[in-house]
Formats: sequence, C-alpha cells, structure tokens
Amino acid sequence: MSITYLEAIREAQSKALADDPNVFIYGQDIGAFGGAFKATKGLYEKFPDRVRDAPISEDAMIGAAVGAAIEGMRPIIEMQFADFSSVAFNQIVNQAATHYWRTGIPCPITVRLPSGGTPGSGPFHSQCMETIYAHYPGTVVMTPATVEDAYSMLLDAVAIDDPVLFCEHKFLYYHLKADALPKRALPPGRARIARSGRHATVVTYSAMVHEALRAAESLQADGYEIEVVDLRCVKPLDMDTVLGSVARTGRVLALGEAFPWGGVTAEVISRVASEGFHLLDAAPARLNARDTPIPYHPDLWRFHRPTASSVESAIRNLIRD
Amino acid sequence: MADLATQTVDSDLNLSHAFPEAFRWMVLARTFEDKIASIYRSGKIVGGVYVGRGQEAFSVALTSPLRPGHDVYSPLIRDMAGRAAFGEPLLEAARSYMGSALSASIGRDGNVHRGNPKEGIPTMISHLGAMISVVAGMLLARRLKGTLGDAVGATCIGDGATSTGAVHEALNMASVEKLPLILAIANNQFAYSTPTSSQFACADLVDRASAYGIEGISVDGTDLADCLRGFAEATRRARSGGGPQIVVGKLLRLAGHGEHDDATYVPETMRCSEIGQDCLLKARQHMLTEGWASEADCADIEKQATLAVEKAIATAGSEETPDPYAHDWNALSSEAFRNQEDAP
Repeated sequence: MSITYLEAIREAQSKALADDPNVFIYGQDIGAFGGAFKATKGLYEKFPDRVRDAPISEDAMIGAAVGAAIEGMRPIIEMQFADFSSVAFNQIVNQAATHYWRTGIPCPITVRLPSGGTPGSGPFHSQCMETIYAHYPGTVVMTPATVEDAYSMLLDAVAIDDPVLFCEHKFLYYHLKADALPKRALPPGRARIARSGRHATVVTYSAMVHEALRAAESLQADGYEIEVVDLRCVKPLDMDTVLGSVARTGRVLALGEAFPWGGVTAEVISRVASEGFHLLDAAPARLNARDTPIPYHPDLWRFHRPTASSVESAIRNLIRD
Repeated sequence: MADLATQTVDSDLNLSHAFPEAFRWMVLARTFEDKIASIYRSGKIVGGVYVGRGQEAFSVALTSPLRPGHDVYSPLIRDMAGRAAFGEPLLEAARSYMGSALSASIGRDGNVHRGNPKEGIPTMISHLGAMISVVAGMLLARRLKGTLGDAVGATCIGDGATSTGAVHEALNMASVEKLPLILAIANNQFAYSTPTSSQFACADLVDRASAYGIEGISVDGTDLADCLRGFAEATRRARSGGGPQIVVGKLLRLAGHGEHDDATYVPETMRCSEIGQDCLLKARQHMLTEGWASEADCADIEKQATLAVEKAIATAGSEETPDPYAHDWNALSSEAFRNQEDAP
C-alpha cells in the first residue's frame, strides 16, 4: 500500500470526523464535489451534515468557525488556496487568535491552507502564508513536510485548543508518498532531524525540506555531510533542536519558500544569532523566494523559488566561508 | 420589507409588560453611561468611552424578546441597554471601564469589549460587521449538535458597518443556511463623522433585505413601542423558521462617536427634527400617558438606577488593577505551548 500526502490529509479528516461528533469541515466546493484538490473526497457521503459547502465568503467562514468553537465544536476550515485566506485575515488574527486572550475561552479551529507554488499557478494560487499568521500572538502554525506529518499533525491540529493554521503544501499533494500512515509521531511543536550531518545545518520546513535533502545528497558526493532540520511547526519554533544542530555543525542556512522580507527564516537567523552566536563558525545564511510576486511561467517560477540547485550553492558558500 | 404600521403583527408582545421593563433598562443604561462619561472626562478612565445615548430604545428592544441562557446575543458599542436587559451584571460593565483585575478580560480589554461567550454572549472585536458571522456560527453549531431548538441569535450594527464586506458575507451565509439570526441596524445617521449620504446610495437600508432573500422591518428608533413591536415580530419570524431578519431603526446618535468627539458635524436642523428626539424622554412620557407609571414611580426608577450605578462603580473602582508582573502572558491556551513564545 502507498498513500500520498493529499490522501493522508483526507484520511486524517475522515478519522477526526469519525472520532468526534464536534468536528465539522466547512469550505468551498468541499461537499459532494470533494474539494478543489479532492482533499475531502468521499467525506460528504459519510458525514453529510458535517462536511458543508460554504459560499465564497472567507471572512464569514472563519467568523462562523469561531462561533462554532465557542459552542464547543472543533471546525476545520478549508481555504481553497492559502492565498485567499487574506480575505479572512481579520477574522483569523483579530477574532480567532485573540479569543482566548480576551475571554479565557479557547478557540479550537483548524484552518487548512493549501500553500506554496506549483508550476503555472501564478501570483494568486502559490503563496506561503505561514509568516503572516505566525507573526500574530495566539496562533499555532504547522508546516508538514512529510506524508506522516500531514496525517498526524492534522489530527494534532484538530485536537489543539487554539487556532491552528495548517499550511499543507500543494506541490507535495500527489507525488509525495509513504508506505503507511504513522502509528506514532513527534509532539506538535517539535522539530526533527531529517538528515544528520556535521558540516552545516539547513533549517527549513514544508516542501523546502525536500529541496534541502536533494542538495545534501548532492553535496555528499563531495564529502560534505549536511544536517537538515525539518521544523514541522514554525510556531511554536523549536529552537532547542535548531540550536542543538548548530552546536554540532557551527554553520546554519535558514531556508524557506516564502517571500524574503522578514519571516520564518529571518526569525530563525535572529534567534540563532542572539541565542547561539557563540556556536557559529560562519555568518548565518538565508535563502528565500525572490522579492517579487510569484510568476506564472514554470521557467520563471523555478527561478523564483529556492531549488535543490540554489540551496546547494547557498550551502557551498556557507561552508566556504 | 414590511411596514408594521400597515400590517397585522402576530407576535406575543404584551406591551404593558415589555415597555415598562424595557424602560427601566433604558434608564439604567443612560444613568450608567452618563456617569462613565463623566468619569472619563475627569481623566479616570483611559482609552475610549462610546455611549448609546439616543439608541437605548432600539438597543433594549432587540433583547426584549430574547431569552438569556437560551438565545445568542452579540452586543456592539451602543448596546448598554441591551446588555443590561440580557442579564449582564452592572458590576461587570463597571469593572470593564474601571480596569478592574476582576473584569471578565482581567484588564486585557476594556469598555465595550466584554461578553460571556459560554452564556451565549460573544465578546466583540472592533472591526465592524465581524460579529455577525460569529453569531451565525454559534447557531450553525447548535443546529449541527441538535441543540438549536427555537433559539435565535441577535446582534447589532450601525449604518456605517453596512458598508463592510463582512456584513455582506455574513448575511448571505446566514440566509443560505436559513439561520434564525436577527440583525439590528441602527441607522444613527453618522458613522463617526460620515453622513449616510457618503455611506450608502440605496433609498433605505431595509431595502437590502430582499437582496439576501430575507425579511426586513423598519422601525422608528426613537419610539420604544415601535421598536418593541418590530423586534418582537422579527424574533417571532426567526424562531418559527423564517430565517434571518433585519430590523432597521432610524434614529440619531445623541452623543459623539465617542466622548472625545463633540459631534459638531451633526446639523442643528437634524438635532431638532423627528429623529433627534430623545427616546428615553419619549418613553418616559409614554409611561405616564399609558398610566404604567406615575411621576413618582419614574423618579423612583431613576433614583434606583443612580444608586445601582454608584454602587457598581464604587465597587469596581476599589478593586485591584491588573499586576503586569503576576500576569499570565500566554496567548495560547494549550499547556504544551505555554511560555514558549515570549520575546527572546
């Protein structure tokens, strides 16, 4: 048996719906149609009341999720694309993320954000929103890179009593496969060492984990052993694992697919510099997408986002330093 | 759209009971907010003070047919009268303004940002129109859980908020889901300083109801009896499966947007017009005319309100204020994530 990243997301939702009658899914085209990416295919047939089509009203979808959470439910909201969550920005950061702080009443909502670029998707169907939401207090931001994490972390997200932004990567939906769903997993908020090494650390998350692993494999041929840290959650940020790795390697590259100004990679570098300056043998490095909107043409797109090749170059520069 | 003056109203409204009850809450709200405004001007309340002067009749009438503990009510900034009538303890209101550590938000938010979500009273955010979908979600949740019964959800906005996308999205969604949601739209003629002529171009906000496939009622917001009749009917329709309702009240805010605002942008002719009438004075006169209260009874209601307000504010003002050193600075409730994200 083999299961894809997308199927893992579907299976996790199916299990969440089956295990807890307070779970429901709300989003556009997710009912009988099964969702734009088929992440809810077949779920409406099993849970007709709790897999509900929403009007194209992202703001109202999140507002309704907060209301349902107040009433003790655990809604999962599917944004058709992460990009469109900008319409719901107010409800996410001002309503949901402040709710516990203002009232003492937790707000257990999960917002699924089909994130990241795929060839031909262009400026409005490719964005990575993790930085935006991680900036606000009161959020948990998950960025699973593996089939196993897509499954176990989505179940974690539903179980967590706080608003979770679940950034699932569209590029991984179909081609990333695992043999089986995991029985056990790391707790949310804990990073993992995706590959061990001693010459440099790449701290990354989501689809970029795989670009980093390919770059590390390529550098292996030249005798370089590159450690890859998969953050899994960008918020909370597991600095213990990051600093532990930097202590072993003395060099760090923070890698992300999001835009370069500020963001997760800047946060990682900032914390390594302030908390682990003494561990560093070279200036910490960052690699992100270019500082332009995301291009449509596949050739431009591949040049816009970090790839195994650009990651490899960045690591070579870091090691040479 | 329906004009109640020209149609039979089939609700169980007993005006001789509901009106005096509502009047008491109006008196209490006005007395409380006058006092709060006075304390604000003395510099002892920081931040903003936003009062419902002139909107008490419309505010209280929304909650009059509601059942606390059964229905959902999401008040907005000019809803002191509705909050009191829906059962909010006066001390809670006083604590919120006075910054008591015992306030529901333990000093994390203040003034009108107070509620009791577990009792069906969500806590408003400042972004206008954002609470309507929250109320819709509460009703949807109850329907999914099979606990909705004949409960309804009610909330309020002003003329300015009707221009937001959030209102459109939420009303449309509530209508698609046929939720028992009542939206009170207080057309108080100004959104801060912006007149309705710069806010919307339709003849009357109630005309928008048909665009959502819902029912709308217009009331005279200065007239408590008319407000009570309008909301009684809207609530009856919502309770009996009629889907969302809007009730538009025409009135004038008899105060600034906040107490920092002298509202000089309101033309004198408007102040002196029909909509500029004080709903509280009108209601008081109606009490006397109908024989529901004597002058002495009204004076007693006002005196009792003053005593209650003095007591609540004195109590709240003597309570501890939040201690930043002992404060819980966690924005997440999950135990596993606490004390992780404080600034390095």
